[in-house]
Amino acid sequence: MSKLIRMDHTGHSTLAEWTEDNPEACQAAIREFRRQLDEGCIGMVSDGPGKATQVRELPLDADLVILRRPIAGG
Amino acid sequence: MAEAALPELAAVPWRGRVDARYLQRRGWLWTLQTVAFVVPFTLAGIALIALEPLALPVALASFAHGWVIPELHAFRGSNTIRPPRGPRNEKAEPVAQGFLGDLLGHDARDLQRETGLAMERGALGVWLLGEAGAVLVANGGRRVHCFCVGTAERDLPPSDRVAHLLLALRTDEAGLATVANHAFSGAPWRLRRRIRKEQRPALNAAVKAAR
Repeated sequence: MSKLIRMDHTGHSTLAEWTEDNPEACQAAIREFRRQLDEGCIGMVSDGPGKATQVRELPLDADLVILRRPIAGG
Repeated sequence: MAEAALPELAAVPWRGRVDARYLQRRGWLWTLQTVAFVVPFTLAGIALIALEPLALPVALASFAHGWVIPELHAFRGSNTIRPPRGPRNEKAEPVAQGFLGDLLGHDARDLQRETGLAMERGALGVWLLGEAGAVLVANGGRRVHCFCVGTAERDLPPSDRVAHLLLALRTDEAGLATVANHAFSGAPWRLRRRIRKEQRPALNAAVKAAR
């Protein structure tokens, strides 16, 4: 089961779960992912130790997709 | 579609992309600045005593200036990894720390729980990530660079703030260093004296890893 999570005030919230053989769940996850991007979140996939990739489309084959907020110099 | 550069770079289009040479130059400028404070104030103090021993109090004030100003710079650097003041979302912290722990390796996870700082190796050196800033121990372990950087979301628990920086670093290390505001550069011992006692093991580990 793949998950779309967002880091937020609760620690993190699970926004969608899907398996590639469930098209409805996939579409719901894609819609939610796009909605979050429109709200300013940034999609990330952790690629193991020391590596992460920013994604602009939901990678349906990823186990975990993380949404973070933008960072800036303080 | 995957992207290699941080999208936050669009907010700072005037900044050149940071690399090892840029950091080396910034480091030299900081050293030059430190020498420019220490040497004149020290020489002035010595000259005052040589000319008029009764001017000792003024000479001591001159020595103090030469010492205090570089210390203030190091203090500014230490502030980058000091937990921010004000209310913190401690309620959600256990969940956030569990998530951050999943992203980190075993040793880095233990270190983060003890010190509040996540250690991560990059191409530029070894990073220590805090809630609102980061310290880079440059390759070789002889110089640190302190950066102010973080997310503006006030209600995030502390470990989520660290996780934001960790994910940004893993995506684009040079991009993170470009987006961040450079606050201080100097020898690790200058920073070690100014950071919190519980953070010192993280700095020691980072210096060791960077050598």
